[in-house]
Amino acid sequence: MSTRRIVGPFNRVEGDLEVTLDIDAGRIAAAYVNSPLYRGFEQILQGKLPADALVLVPRICGICSVAQSAAAALALADAAGIAPPRNGRLAANLTLAAENLADHLTHFYLFFMPDFARAEYESRRWYHGAAERFRATTGSAPNEVLPVRARFMQTMGLLAGKWPHTLAVQPGGSTRPLQSSEIFRLHRIVREFRSFLETTTFGGRLEEFAALDSRAALAQWQAAGARGDLRTFLAIADDLGLWRLGRGSERFLSYGCYAQDDGRLFPAGVWHGGEVHALDPGAIEEDTAHSWYAATGRPQHPAEGGTLPVADKDGAYSWCKAPRLGGQVVETGALARQVVAGHPLVRDLVATDGGSVAARVVARLLELALVLPEMESWLDQLQPGEPWCITALPADETSGVGLIEAARGSLGHWLTVRRGRIHNYQIIAPTTWNFSPRDAAGQPGALELALAGLPATADGQLPAAIHHLVRSFDPCMVCTVH
Amino acid sequence: MNILWLQSGGCGGCTLSWLGSERGSLFRELADEGLEILWHPSLSEACLDEARELIEGCASGAIPFDILCLEGSVLRGPRGTGAYHRFGGGQPMVDWVLRLAVRAKHVVAIGSCAAFGGIPSAGMNPTDACGLQHDGDVGGGLLGPYFRDASGLPVINIAGCAPHPDWITETLVMLARGKLGVDALDEYGRPRFYADQLVHHGCPRNEYYEFKASAEKHSDQGCLMEQLGCKGTQAHADCNQRLWNGEGSCLRGGYACIRCTEPGFEEPGHAFESTPKVAGIPIGLPADMPKAWFIALAALSKSATPARVRENATADHQLRAPSVKRAKK
Repeated sequence: MSTRRIVGPFNRVEGDLEVTLDIDAGRIAAAYVNSPLYRGFEQILQGKLPADALVLVPRICGICSVAQSAAAALALADAAGIAPPRNGRLAANLTLAAENLADHLTHFYLFFMPDFARAEYESRRWYHGAAERFRATTGSAPNEVLPVRARFMQTMGLLAGKWPHTLAVQPGGSTRPLQSSEIFRLHRIVREFRSFLETTTFGGRLEEFAALDSRAALAQWQAAGARGDLRTFLAIADDLGLWRLGRGSERFLSYGCYAQDDGRLFPAGVWHGGEVHALDPGAIEEDTAHSWYAATGRPQHPAEGGTLPVADKDGAYSWCKAPRLGGQVVETGALARQVVAGHPLVRDLVATDGGSVAARVVARLLELALVLPEMESWLDQLQPGEPWCITALPADETSGVGLIEAARGSLGHWLTVRRGRIHNYQIIAPTTWNFSPRDAAGQPGALELALAGLPATADGQLPAAIHHLVRSFDPCMVCTVH
Repeated sequence: MNILWLQSGGCGGCTLSWLGSERGSLFRELADEGLEILWHPSLSEACLDEARELIEGCASGAIPFDILCLEGSVLRGPRGTGAYHRFGGGQPMVDWVLRLAVRAKHVVAIGSCAAFGGIPSAGMNPTDACGLQHDGDVGGGLLGPYFRDASGLPVINIAGCAPHPDWITETLVMLARGKLGVDALDEYGRPRFYADQLVHHGCPRNEYYEFKASAEKHSDQGCLMEQLGCKGTQAHADCNQRLWNGEGSCLRGGYACIRCTEPGFEEPGHAFESTPKVAGIPIGLPADMPKAWFIALAALSKSATPARVRENATADHQLRAPSVKRAKK
């Protein structure tokens, strides 16, 4: 006989999250993930002028704001049949990368690591050091990181006017032409950030970490130095067994991101059964069987999908829809992106122990090491005097799709325009995938899968492992439901 | 003073903007000013039951607290149930906010959503979103037009989408120091230290504005008022004096001010990035400017525009530099 327990509010997850747990014999028999906030962006967008989406959609999320802008800009560009000039494309990469990297930093230092300062770890040998360093708001790390993060976000002042919520990211490129002085200042900001990461986070060169190609190489790197917050995390992960905690669906989705002359720096694809498969966007469907929306009969492709809230629907337990790829549950995020992109370290981590709390954290930090050097290269490629933006209005009857990678994974916008107005606008965000409720077939979402089987009690404090697992996905709940 | 911070129908962007504060660590700055974060959904360690018991304690009066900050709109729907946002064990967030607002010494709306309704109230307003004490530009909202805290202050509206980090910190510090009286707020409850300015003040496109040398498309350097929807001459905020993320602002980023500190900004009645006109004259005129004068001045300044300014206005980089005058011998 299982006992039902509702746990929430989870904080440090960006937005609202509650989880209902069925607990049987000291373990989670079933988990039901609830996104308890609905704002109705897809309804608000209906009837708007297509370009006005660029004002509305970034405000879905204050932490993935540029990613939402980038997806909308891509969908509008697709609808208008245009592509930005080279400077505009590089500026879009730089803006998205700045947000994604800042998010990875914020997640590690402000959202994820503070859980190791919990009193239940007092007996661990690493506790006092970790608690002094990572405790929420008073630890040395958050206080050191906030000014570093603010300085890095000055890239946004130059590239996008401000963050969050810019209008600089347009279908035709960037509204912000940069001249050589501004590019110089951007270089300085990026170099300062590199210096912090190499000194404080990694305790070593970014390129050295990015070149690691296996779990064994990671262990060697870990043992070869003493400095850096990442080494502290790896030691904790080893001690607590975080490499074996939190397997999800073991199917990984990436839409790919950072446009280049040929394709994207990180390509699109789906990883399962030990290999990468081509992504078929036509196989994406959203199921609302257990979501507070009007029944649709069968799952719908987002281009055909709708959003009609029904707050008192029987059997429903979340405002999150249940996206599926070819009927399957997938996980998305930095880990998925790097598995699909074929990074040897991440491939080896997944081959060894599958998706895990530790692998998700390592993949996120790996992207700091991989992408910051790319930002330096993109800055070098900018050419003041060459065009930054082109203009094209979408036709009165058209449609478009924007698929992009936010920090926390695959973000898609599907747009239909009728008589010059938005007829339908559907959004599937990264955490919609990861924190989806069950579908009509009863398949649990990725977090629901990962939670099942973990130790938990029917009352009293929840084990910290559950906090680590939930936050290892870097959930963004405001994006999830929108 | 201690702060209880809750989020409802918003995007979390106000908090994220706040974390971009540029005077060292925000946490240390708050502590230095005697401000303590009792609980914040993105920042605090306390979670689950511990957090819920803390907030319940605040709501019941068992735990004294000073400042209630709400980020995000108040979601009243569907049909007045508040069910679009439930929090801490299934109760509508609206009910939490009602209980907490009467216990707090001061109530602060963080951002245009909590102040006026903001973006979630756009379009069909599917969630019946409003602000704490305003529904758009109409007084009322959740707490009603007559709500006052124990010190006689209405809800303090740090409007902006998102607000500048300093607008938030400076307001909280004013409260902590006992320096925020009714006179420090404008008619929409916004702190006057930033709301008594116009976005236009300090705009780097000023020379283009003076000569009505206008940008025609994105990435042009000219003034964005005539064609591209800029409302900087009407919007109350000090964005081009205080600057964002180092040296930014919307105008510096090359796009229009959409007057995000004003109630109702989410429904401008026209495309955000184009300027509505009647007979070629923009409908939205600069604050305090009589229409006839604007027309006369615009005609005059257009006829006097230097070629340098006119040509640079529609280019994405400087085509012509200001000429250099040699000193007379």
